[in-house]
Amino acid sequence: MTVKNSLLAILAQEPAHGYGLKSAFEESTAGAWPLNVGQVYTTLARLERDGLVETGPSRSSSEGERERQTWNLTVEGRSTLEGWYRKPVLDDPPARDELAIKVLLAVAADQVDVAEILQIQRAASMQRLQELTQHKRRADPEAELPWLLLLDALILKVKAELEWIELCEARLRGRRP
Amino acid sequence: MLAFEDVTRVHGDGERAVRALGPVAFEIRAGEFVAIMGPSGSGKSTLLSLAGALDQPSDGRVHLQGQDLATLGAAELAALRRRTIGFVFQDFNLLPGLTALENVALPLELDGTPGREAREQANEALARVQLERLTGRFPDDLSGGERQRVAIARAFVGPRRMLLADEPTGALDSVTGELVMRLMRDQCERGLTAVLVTHDPSHAAWADRVLYLRDGRLVDETCAPETGSGSPVLPLRG
Repeated sequence: MTVKNSLLAILAQEPAHGYGLKSAFEESTAGAWPLNVGQVYTTLARLERDGLVETGPSRSSSEGERERQTWNLTVEGRSTLEGWYRKPVLDDPPARDELAIKVLLAVAADQVDVAEILQIQRAASMQRLQELTQHKRRADPEAELPWLLLLDALILKVKAELEWIELCEARLRGRRP
Repeated sequence: MLAFEDVTRVHGDGERAVRALGPVAFEIRAGEFVAIMGPSGSGKSTLLSLAGALDQPSDGRVHLQGQDLATLGAAELAALRRRTIGFVFQDFNLLPGLTALENVALPLELDGTPGREAREQANEALARVQLERLTGRFPDDLSGGERQRVAIARAFVGPRRMLLADEPTGALDSVTGELVMRLMRDQCERGLTAVLVTHDPSHAAWADRVLYLRDGRLVDETCAPETGSGSPVLPLRG
């Protein structure tokens, strides 16, 4: 779903060939989610089948380079894209969360030291947060805006995880006799 | 720069004695930025008061710049505090009747620095927190973030080499809080030592080292990993 809409979003800027779509996607998303070019072509085939994109003229991006098939967005493709932009993203039902599952199972088990599990996780998450923050510190706020925005998102996710660990610890301590 | 040697702090005595901290032992090197985290009541503020020579341990020793604080008299402690340590609090603690420049110059003047020299150093400190254009403003005419930057400049002005900050970002929005962390980090790159008490893990993450306290004891410690300046893709792919 994300790949499909991402390709529509890039084609809405200008027609592109398959490899150009891969490069533009990776550049816009700070290289965090590498796309394989085969995935781009199979998705384009599906989008064409559904009438959301159509083939345009073959073009070469520089002189001497072989011509490649370009793709355009159709009117229907533009409307699908607009729908995607406007539809809020909700984690509903929640994605599987290994940490939450692990902690809940540990709480249910008799022989497991939950406090130790939480402490190990907190140290690792804190170190991850320090690592992400170092990258943020070095990021150029103008030239690397996508990277910086992505780091903010990742940082806030780890922060939420650390706050959840603290809540778990407080609730579990309150429960002890 | 700062060393805690099996430090304990107990409030009250006899049956009503409450151990607020300890025993804890750790060292902070000059130029290091250390964050202290932990739930409310875990001893964070007690630790900061002991580090700042505002309080004395019930047991153990605190060494600051190689000096055992227990060997200093009240006047020597006050002088050490004035010359070595700057404090930053959540509510800024600026004097409303003084301009930004005068607030920053004040601790120097109280310590005997002539007015003109104190103002020159204050100007330089304010430039380091990017407030060179607002030196003549009164605290009421500054935003929360600007006030906290004045407080930080005041904390490291002149000969002071250690900054102790208790929830300095507590009253600030996230963008301004991040700016304050960036400034603290930059000052540490220039040789300042900083100890930050915070509830916010994303602010603690600006530190070289994060110490985690619970029930008055250090339960874990994490150091910032070495990250290269290479491709930003690596941490996500790895």
